[in-house]
Formats: sequence, structure tokens, C-alpha cells
Amino acid sequence: MSDAVIRAEGLGKRYRVGERERYLALRDILTRAITAPFRNGNGRKNGRGADHIWALRDVSFEIEQGEVIGLIGRNGAGKTTLLKILSRITRPTSGFAEIGGRVGSLLEVGTGFHPELTGRENVYLSGAILGMGKVEIARKFDEIVAFSEVERFLETPLKHFSSGMQTRLAFAVAAHLEPEILLVDEVLAVGDLEFQKKCMGKMQDVSKSGRTIVFVSHQMNQIRRLCSRVLWIEGGAIREAGATAMILGEYESALSSGKSKTRRADGSYDAARFVRWSIESPDAGAPNLLNTLGAVSMHFTVEVTRRVKSGHHGIALFNSERQLMWAWATDEVELEPGLHDFRYTFPTLPLRPGSYSWQVSLWENGEALDLWDCLPDLIIATEVHQHPQDQWNGILNIPCELEIGRLTTA
Amino acid sequence: MSEGSMAAEALLASRPAVLRIVPPSRWWKLPIQELWAYRELLYFFVWRDIKIRYKQTAIGAAWAVLQPLLTMLIFTLFFGRLAHIPSEGLPYPVFSYSGLLPWMYFAAALQASTNTIVENQRLITKVYFPRLVLPISSVVSGLVDFGISFLMFVVIMAYYRMHPVWAMLWLPAFLVLALLTALGVGLWLSALNAIYRDVRYVLPFMVQFWLFASPVVYPASLMPAKWRWVYALNPMTGVIEGFRWALVGHGAPPIRLLLVSTGVVLAVLISGLAYFQKMETTVADVV
Repeated sequence: MSDAVIRAEGLGKRYRVGERERYLALRDILTRAITAPFRNGNGRKNGRGADHIWALRDVSFEIEQGEVIGLIGRNGAGKTTLLKILSRITRPTSGFAEIGGRVGSLLEVGTGFHPELTGRENVYLSGAILGMGKVEIARKFDEIVAFSEVERFLETPLKHFSSGMQTRLAFAVAAHLEPEILLVDEVLAVGDLEFQKKCMGKMQDVSKSGRTIVFVSHQMNQIRRLCSRVLWIEGGAIREAGATAMILGEYESALSSGKSKTRRADGSYDAARFVRWSIESPDAGAPNLLNTLGAVSMHFTVEVTRRVKSGHHGIALFNSERQLMWAWATDEVELEPGLHDFRYTFPTLPLRPGSYSWQVSLWENGEALDLWDCLPDLIIATEVHQHPQDQWNGILNIPCELEIGRLTTA
Repeated sequence: MSEGSMAAEALLASRPAVLRIVPPSRWWKLPIQELWAYRELLYFFVWRDIKIRYKQTAIGAAWAVLQPLLTMLIFTLFFGRLAHIPSEGLPYPVFSYSGLLPWMYFAAALQASTNTIVENQRLITKVYFPRLVLPISSVVSGLVDFGISFLMFVVIMAYYRMHPVWAMLWLPAFLVLALLTALGVGLWLSALNAIYRDVRYVLPFMVQFWLFASPVVYPASLMPAKWRWVYALNPMTGVIEGFRWALVGHGAPPIRLLLVSTGVVLAVLISGLAYFQKMETTVADVV
């Protein structure tokens, strides 16, 4: 059984559906009881025959101490239910789990916050609810406040905080939890980009300190950065489990094949479809790796089944945080049936090294024929033109020359 | 060795015992150890309830004095003066206030605990803590108001030139009894209300009815002796008569009433705990 700090076997969770819509009222129970002798027995629609769904079915896995595990899957797959069971918020219907450590669960930001209490009071309350002792909160209080950047508003009631401030404060408290096992449910999706980066940094610190983290997210870049292993949950069961890169690759291709609105469920499509892309004669040997700041060409292959007249074609380049780097479009695209090659030539792509994704689209008369978020990602691995001591920020990577000349003498 | 694995080893060494998460079983046991581990959270919930209550009302702490005081005045006028209800030789204001003191605590605690699970629904579905902490904190936070009302009683005693009596040493015991009574009934109500949402609408009527079924306005001695033990099945009978005796020390302690009432309190408490625990296993799914 080794170092497993979380072990689950055959975990299952069954919910009743339908009858959950209405809360029960005592008077209904009483009425039913009183009228029971008068009913012919043909009426029990919602009784025994209530529908059940299995939100989780036979889930088994082991997580070792210090691992950072990503939980991915579509909405409704059962990820939150699994976290709730591991957090003891809800009991499993079958199976069992064994937890070897103090659990901190972040299923929501701002748990326990009360609008009438001040910022300071809410820090204490929320910290206590998340599992910190009074002494611990007092010790970390200054750090928490500094992280949240709301020093000036500590003594104002929370209802006067903006939602952004509330989120920051809530996350600041949660980020300073130090349980052995941390369960995080998509809470890193909140806040502005700057703050998200801060939170990710904190997560990384937590994982470096040897703690175990189970992390649910829909943002693949976050999973890639933090997690060494991924569990893919679908329909309440584990579909795949393994190393991050491999599972994410499979997950993304499963997603993208269903992504296009114009592609029907059986895979057929109307008029046109982008099938692949690559870099022209890549130096690095991989069709998606760019390692030069010089001229480069990209190829996008389109399969066309019927004639496209006055088509509109768009292309966009996004970075790993889904920020738009560049977009361009052209009209009057005419395509006969068959395979076509769209060749883009750039004198340079001076972007900082990282992972990017192309998005290409084809429209006709205002209707989308195909919109494709290209896979695989474009990886830019060029020489860095930045002073080694500068903090690496900014979007561009431009080689430049500086000449200092003297204009006057003193 | 990397920094991470060294830290991991340190954590491993200090690992607590393994916790098993299993489907709910048929048996329940009182999670005393767990409750003790979460005592700080209990403190915070009580602190939160008190802070919020006093922040939201303009009158704030004064309400804890005004409510029993005004009620006592009305009772004195209508039950004492006009209806001539006997008050066992005590001035009627003292008589009714000494009954109101535990009663108001009880009624307030019931009010608070009935809705506590539903009110804290967001918390319950997002964080784990033993749910018992919630009704317990509702019952404990009423003690602050009780303390303030008690000070008022001291003023009333002084006004009527009544001396403190030795029986007052028993007061903490009766306070504990009142707390257990409030907790027992509160557990039932909060569990019932979490499942059947109309319970909290029934509550005001129930409290009203219960007030007149308890020896607040009139003494238990009004009941014919033959029926007095039935009357004592109301747990508040023992609590209130006991309180009154402890506060003013008149006559003998109402032992027989107390025995019956205390028995009922324990039964309600134990069954309340069992029912609450049963509800707890499914509450996060239905609340």
C-alpha cells in the first residue's frame, strides 16, 4: 500500500433525481398519510420508482504523498462529487476511501464570508471554517492581508467590497491553508490574470513544500504547469489516468474533434474542413516547433467538398493564457472541391518562447463553415533576447541594437 | 535529495492516523473527540452569531433587557393584577421574570437552531465540519443575552429588597439543564427543518403554545397534584420551577418535578442526537 496518502476503492455515489426538485413539507407528509386509506393504490408516481443516477461509479485510485494530481473531465463528469467525498462533505454510497492527513478543501472562494462583518473579521471566520486555528490565523494574518492587497479596507464591512476584492481576500485566506492534502475545485479560474498568476505561484509553492494536491481545472495550461499526473473522469468513472502530457493530449483531441459547431455528430461536415497544419521545413524536426526568428512559413490544409464562393477566412494566434497575439482575415476566398493548402509567410514571428495555438476559420455569407483551434500547439523555442537579470515579461522577443552617442560635453 | 522530497519526508514522518471514509452505517456514535477537535470552530460560530446580531440591530444589547422586561410588565398587568394569578407569595414581577429568564433563553435558542442548517447551507455543501457544531453554537450564543437579562433580574431583586439565597449556588446546574433542553429540542428542530422546510413556520405557534404549557405565567402548583407529573413531562416545567427556586429560594426544591422533567430532557437529547446524526449523512445532498 506504500506511501499512498489518498486511497480510493470502488467509490460510488448515487443521487436520487426528480424527487429532489421540491423540498418536502411536513404538511405533505401528513396529508399523504391521512389520505392513504382513501387512495386506490394507483398513484405512487414519485415513490419507489424514483430515478437514480450514479454520479460516481467504481472509482479507484491511489495518490502518493507529494503528488500533484489533475482531475479533468467535462462538466457533470463527477469531479466535484469526488472532491466532496474526499472532503467528507458527502458520504459515498459504496466503496471507501482512506485519507492519511489533514485535508483542506477549496471548493469555493469565500466560504464562510459574511457581508456584515469587516474584512478582518471575515479573515478570521473564513480561516477558522477552512480549518485553521485562531493562533495560526493570527500568525499568518499580515501575510494574508498583503497577498490580498486590501489593507486599507480591513475595517470596512465586506458588503462594501467590490467582488474582485472579495475574491482576492477569499483566495488569500485559502492560499495560506497548510493542510497535508489540498483539494482544489476550479477556484483558480476566478480573478483577473494578474491575480491568477499570483495564485498559481502560491499553488506551486504549496506543491514544492511536499504537500499533496488534487486539482480540478478546465484550463489545460494550469494543469500542465502544476500536475505530474492526471485523472480523466467521464460519466462518473475514470476514463484514463497517467502522465500529464499524454492524457492531456488525448483529452484535447477528444475535445477538439467535437468542438466545431459545423461538424455534425457523425463526423460529416458541410463544405469545408481544416485537417492539419505544420511549419514549412521545420529546422527542429518537429512540425510544430519553431526555433528561428527569421522568415518562416506555415501551412494549413483544408478539405473542401463543395464549391466555396466569396468565402471569408480568418486566422488568429493565441498564447497559453488564451490572450490574442495577432489576428488577420481576408475575403473573396474561392475554393473548388478538393484539398487546398493555405501557406502563410512571415518575415519573423518575434514572440517570447512558449506554447501558442493557431485558430483558423472559414466563413461563407456570414455562416461559419469551419472554426478550428489547431492542434498540436505551436511551440516557440527561440533564442531569448533579454537581459539575463530582467524579469521575463512582455509578449515580444525582438533582437535589437543599442548605440549610445554623445550629444554635448558637460 | 530535492527540496520537495525532503519536505515530503518530514510530512510523512509526522503523519496522523489514517481516516476511513465509508458509506453511512446503521449505528451512530457521539463524535465527542471530533467535536473537541473542532471546538475553536464552535467558538467562531458563536462569535459570528453574536457579532452579527448586535451589528444589525440599532438597539443591540438593550434588546436583551427590554424584551423580558416589557414582557414581564405586560404579564404583571394582565396576569398578576387583573387576573389575580397566584404567585406563591412572591411579588408577581419577580415571579414572572424568574420564569421568563430561562424561557426567553429557550425560545431564542429554538429559533436560532431551527433554521441554522438551512441558513448555513452554503457552508455545509462546501466545507467539512461536524454538523453538530451548528445547533450547539445556536444554543450557546443565546447565553450572552441570558447573561444580560440576568443582570436585569439582579436589579429587580434589589428593587424588591430581596436578598440572594444559598439556593443560588444551584443556578449553574439549572442553567446547564436549560441548555441541554434547548439543545435536545433544537437538534430535533434543526434536523427536521433541514428536510421538511415548513417546520420553521410551525415554530412560532409551537413556542407560543409551549409558553402557556409551562409555569412561566402561573406556578406549577396551580396544577392539581394528581396531574402534576403529566405536567412535568414538559421538560421546561422542571427547568423553570428549578430556576425559580434557585433564584428566590422559596420553600423546598421541586424534586419530583425535576426528576420527571430531567428524564424527558435526557430522552429528547439522546433521540435528538441520533436523529440529527442520521440527517447529517444526507444533508449535503438535500439541503
